[in-house]
Amino acid sequence: MMNSKPSWQVGLALLLCAIAMTTMPLLAAEAPAPMSSGTTSLIIGLIALSGVASFAMFSGVASAAVLFIGAHGAAWLLLSGIAGNEGMARMPYFLLLAAAWLLAWRCVAILSGLKPTSPQIRTFLRLLIPAIFGAWILIIWEAVTRGAGIPFILLPPPSAVAARIANSLPILAADVRQTIFKAVLFGYVVGCGAGFVVAILADRVGFLRRGLLPIGNMVSALPIIGVAPIMVMWFGFDWQSKAAVVIIMTFFPMLVNTVAGLAASGHMERDLMRTYASSYWQTLFKLRLPAAAPFIFNALKINSTLALIGAIVAEFFGTPVVGMGFRISTEIGRMNVDMVWAEIAVAALAGSVFYGVVALVERATTFWHPSVRGGRA
Amino acid sequence: MDRVRDKIIPVLTILAALVAVWYVAAVFMNAPFQRDLDRRAGETPGTIEFIGKTLSQPKPTMPAPHQVAQNFFENTFLRKVTSNRSLVYHSWVTLSSTLLGFAFGTALGILIAVGIVHVTALDRSLMPWIIASQTIPILAVAPMIIVVLAAIGVTGLIPKALISTYLSFFPVAVGMVKGLRSPEVMHLDLMHTYNASASQTFWKLRVPASVPFLFASMKVAVAASLVGAIVGELPTGAVAGIGAKLLAGAYYSQTIDIWAALVAGSVVAAMLVVLVGLVGKLVERSMGGRPA
Repeated sequence: MMNSKPSWQVGLALLLCAIAMTTMPLLAAEAPAPMSSGTTSLIIGLIALSGVASFAMFSGVASAAVLFIGAHGAAWLLLSGIAGNEGMARMPYFLLLAAAWLLAWRCVAILSGLKPTSPQIRTFLRLLIPAIFGAWILIIWEAVTRGAGIPFILLPPPSAVAARIANSLPILAADVRQTIFKAVLFGYVVGCGAGFVVAILADRVGFLRRGLLPIGNMVSALPIIGVAPIMVMWFGFDWQSKAAVVIIMTFFPMLVNTVAGLAASGHMERDLMRTYASSYWQTLFKLRLPAAAPFIFNALKINSTLALIGAIVAEFFGTPVVGMGFRISTEIGRMNVDMVWAEIAVAALAGSVFYGVVALVERATTFWHPSVRGGRA
Repeated sequence: MDRVRDKIIPVLTILAALVAVWYVAAVFMNAPFQRDLDRRAGETPGTIEFIGKTLSQPKPTMPAPHQVAQNFFENTFLRKVTSNRSLVYHSWVTLSSTLLGFAFGTALGILIAVGIVHVTALDRSLMPWIIASQTIPILAVAPMIIVVLAAIGVTGLIPKALISTYLSFFPVAVGMVKGLRSPEVMHLDLMHTYNASASQTFWKLRVPASVPFLFASMKVAVAASLVGAIVGELPTGAVAGIGAKLLAGAYYSQTIDIWAALVAGSVVAAMLVVLVGLVGKLVERSMGGRPA
């Protein structure tokens, strides 16, 4: 089996372990809660054993499992060992961390080489592999910020951000309500709706289409976000001005994509509709809008991100004392970096959920499309 | 002749209509304030005079197009480029960090794309995150990057360029992965029958095939990069740049200045996109591509 052959990642990990052993201890001598030699040897043992064992396993799954346990067990021990000793980690600590990371890399490499037949396992792998990658970004972030004692202002460890999120849920919820449920949703619905209606109009009137389309394409490259101060002046500090920015930002992508989508149905199908003597509106609703659905959903997805960006940046120009953009710009001024990260984490989560909902609706409504069905066009 | 009829005339008509709407909007939006002014001064101007006044306020709610054009012209062509009030100067400040960030971002994007195409583990683990990161309002981190880097003594061009890098590498990475994977199986098999090595296949087949994709995504990236640079100028009260100009205008209600800065930003954006498009065309032509 090719998967369990010796690999350079595991070899390097073992080498790093050996170097770490010669340069003990893991923490500086004056550390208040030094790691016991038992813990240290447990970490090294875990890495070395799982590395060597991965060679001996006869199946890829087994060696991946061994590597997974070894890498994450070692990482967990390393992270818990740093508690109370912030900024005291010495070189061997980071060598062991790198060794554990190499094992995880090897584990991911084996997992991505697997070709399971069952679709459930394939889905599981498709989720597990990026999850391991994401987890390691957090592990390395946590270990490096706390181990090397990076100033809190520069980069707070993820655990501090998580604690901050847990401690300030009411504030975060109020900000989400102000920014997302008021400004973003209203602006998104109105902007996308207006873009859609104008696109239908442009489709009906050829002159309008030929004039609007080049302008729409041009506008998509412009820094529209710059209208934010003007909107704040016109509509005041509250959410209405943010919604206005969102409307302007989401209008053009929707317009351009819908117009392109309405041109997507083929001549054959349109001719067929003609032979049925169907009216313009019948053709529109029964043929052309369904054919345009993938384009429209593409615009809806692009707009879900643009709407959030528009609302947050518009809040940098002035808001009532609530809102995600307001919180980010004021807390950074007070150097509460963990609150800023908490707000960014919430924004990222909101963005992903927003996108995910649109994608789910797309799957439900364009179930016939080849890209959703999994077939070929 | 067809081009004039099908494209230029409709575009110009729509633009003219927009300007007309803009004038009407300017009259209506500036009217309440003007009425207020006239009442205090005890004047009762005629309709024509009143409209003329609404279109020439020094700090209008909605500046008229000619006011913006005049301000833009004065600050672009009549001032020395080193002057603090020159839009060329501010545009240049923003443009320099845009270009630096764009160069970093493109390089990083290409590097990541090459890694993703050649290392399966990276493809399976990194690609989902790159796609997921598209759904995140990344611009929200802009103020933090600026302030945090300023706290450790890094100010000026680099922090803004970092934001631009951050915004521009995603489109390039995604487009480049698509491009490097665009050669068909037939072509790859052909390279195989020539006994081409992996690096030969890469340089002689994959890279040339990816060029159109690269330039298409670079157009998106350069626009994103400019937005990043402008937003990067907002939070710290930067003294120069289009974003700083917008912020200063917002503080002092210099609406005409805001609009002129917006126009300047749009001109820069259009120039950048057109430039990338032109370079793309030149490169494709020099590689023997034919216009599709």
